[in-house]
Amino acid sequence: MADPVLSGPASPSSQKPDSAALYRTVRLIRRFEERAVELVHAGQVFGGIHPYTGQEAVAAGTCAALRPDDLITSTHRGHGHVLAKGADPARMMAEIAGRTTGLNAGRGGSMHAADFGIGILGANAIVGAAAPIATGAAWAARRAGSDRVVLTYFGDGAVSQGVVLETFNLAALWRAPVVFVCENNGFATTTRTDDAVAGSITGRAEAFGIPAARVDGMDPEEVFAAADTAIARARRSEGPTLLECVTYRYDAHHTWEHAARPRYRSAEEVDLGRSRDPLEIQGARLPEARRGQIDAEIEAVLEEAVRFALDSPHPDPATALDHLYADGTQARAGVA
Amino acid sequence: MTILSYLKALNRAIADEMERDPAVCVFGEDVRAAVTNVTAGLVKRFGDARVLDMPISEQAFTGIATGAAMSGMRPLIEYQIPALLFLAFEQIVNQAHKFSLMTGGQVSVPVTYLIPSSGSRDGWAGQHSDHPYSLFAHIGVKTAVPATPADAYGLLATAIRDDDPVVVFAPAGAMGRREDVELSLLAPVPLGVARVHRPGTDVTVVAVGHLVHTALEVADELAETVDVEVFDPRTLHPFDWQGLAESLERTGRLVVIDDSNRSCGIGGEILATAAEEMRLVAPPKRVTRPDGAVLPFAEGLDRALQPTREQLRTAIQAVVKSGGAR
Repeated sequence: MADPVLSGPASPSSQKPDSAALYRTVRLIRRFEERAVELVHAGQVFGGIHPYTGQEAVAAGTCAALRPDDLITSTHRGHGHVLAKGADPARMMAEIAGRTTGLNAGRGGSMHAADFGIGILGANAIVGAAAPIATGAAWAARRAGSDRVVLTYFGDGAVSQGVVLETFNLAALWRAPVVFVCENNGFATTTRTDDAVAGSITGRAEAFGIPAARVDGMDPEEVFAAADTAIARARRSEGPTLLECVTYRYDAHHTWEHAARPRYRSAEEVDLGRSRDPLEIQGARLPEARRGQIDAEIEAVLEEAVRFALDSPHPDPATALDHLYADGTQARAGVA
Repeated sequence: MTILSYLKALNRAIADEMERDPAVCVFGEDVRAAVTNVTAGLVKRFGDARVLDMPISEQAFTGIATGAAMSGMRPLIEYQIPALLFLAFEQIVNQAHKFSLMTGGQVSVPVTYLIPSSGSRDGWAGQHSDHPYSLFAHIGVKTAVPATPADAYGLLATAIRDDDPVVVFAPAGAMGRREDVELSLLAPVPLGVARVHRPGTDVTVVAVGHLVHTALEVADELAETVDVEVFDPRTLHPFDWQGLAESLERTGRLVVIDDSNRSCGIGGEILATAAEEMRLVAPPKRVTRPDGAVLPFAEGLDRALQPTREQLRTAIQAVVKSGGAR
């Protein structure tokens, strides 16, 4: 696990974080992921999920600094981003369970959850591929005279994708209102960041004249402050910022690991990584009673989300090709 | 009437659509200077906020077009070289194409990908001479290959107006075509509607893109002995299967000429569908590039791997002689 050494621009953020709201989001994501893993193990999810557990501070802190009309793109490990941006946990759970009531009507699943109505331009399962999509949305927003900002999440693995570096170049050239949020959780699946990344993550952005900051990605309020500064800069049309949020993935790369158990990190290392917990860091900022009240609220929300998901209908196989084309063009069947 | 060149038809379609809809914008390499001539005059007329030169970053600017399209814009991307599609393949087929279904219909991605001078453009060798339209038809991206200036205008206009991603191949072998047209009658051409350039009763020749003209020439040469119907699908996905079935009802015989590599090319799909579902009285034939062709540089070698008029003539004569009565 990399040391969360802070660096980069240190201009103060303009807003004060709402500690209780941040805690609430972290708690929501944590418990959502735990309930989702239970559903996977219970055979209620076709396939599995990439749990976001441990990284909640990044989604909670960044999304808290966004306006409701701002946009995000997310990743294969995207439940946290989608929930933090405001998606209905019940519809998100239903999507993971592949039901018609899901955010994508069961067409996307865990890795593609989207809610365009609230600015979620989709979780994207190709590492780094959403960076240009976010930048295109940012360019279009500016062109339309809006001061919306687009925030695009990706992991440490994505900094080795050419398209991300191409996108840094264009976003910097255009001073596009986009914020690049790199969640460095220490691993691209099983490959350590140190084994995959020459130079530094922030150095990649700096090479394009993009300011970059290394942020403690376990502390929601630290993330919030850095995001608030970056978002304000983007909103002023001063260009993109890269935030490298140093965090730690508590759980498996994918629930598939729970059975396959590949060995790439020791139990001691995981224990050390878990010793800093965004839930505890943020929880310690609240009175005990307030924290208990939020926890109880979240339990009720997730109980209802799971019930809603499991009570919702499965899609009709006859509709499997629905929405393939926006204009309703029909594809030929696989048998004549 | 006015003489309209294929190149000018593409230029006019883009300009007309930009005039009609302020959301239409052009992305590409050297599009302001218009090195292909397809975008000539556009920056002067519409400004550099709508005609954007891109760095050599095909993946990124293809993805940027997707994001812009999700946000109300209607970008057209010009790729100077057909093989650049391979660089952008991920962003076209795995991103732009999949968003509608994956999101349960929450969003559409109206982007047009235009490849002027696709296929061999004489002497550009292995990495600049591909004709990968079958790849896009296979993956399910809407794919148009216009043969004539009026169809180039009409299909490109339709592609720009379409709410889905559409790839438009403008074959090098067709770019020099000219046609006498009434400019006021130029209009969008729907996707999935074929055009019979020459009716005939003995054999249907399905010809793709520039090969429509080859087919028409061969049909004329053989006119004394064989009555050839020249069927131009115009779009490969969607494909006008109904139109092909109707043509084969008349002729019962089929030859395809297609500038794809043979294995898994659109010509194979046309033969397979005809064999499964349509009326054939003789085994069909196709004339294509060889399996896995990489076009060599030298002129004779380049030509040796493309479908030729002689191959088509031989195929037509063989199909007409075989099989049962019409």
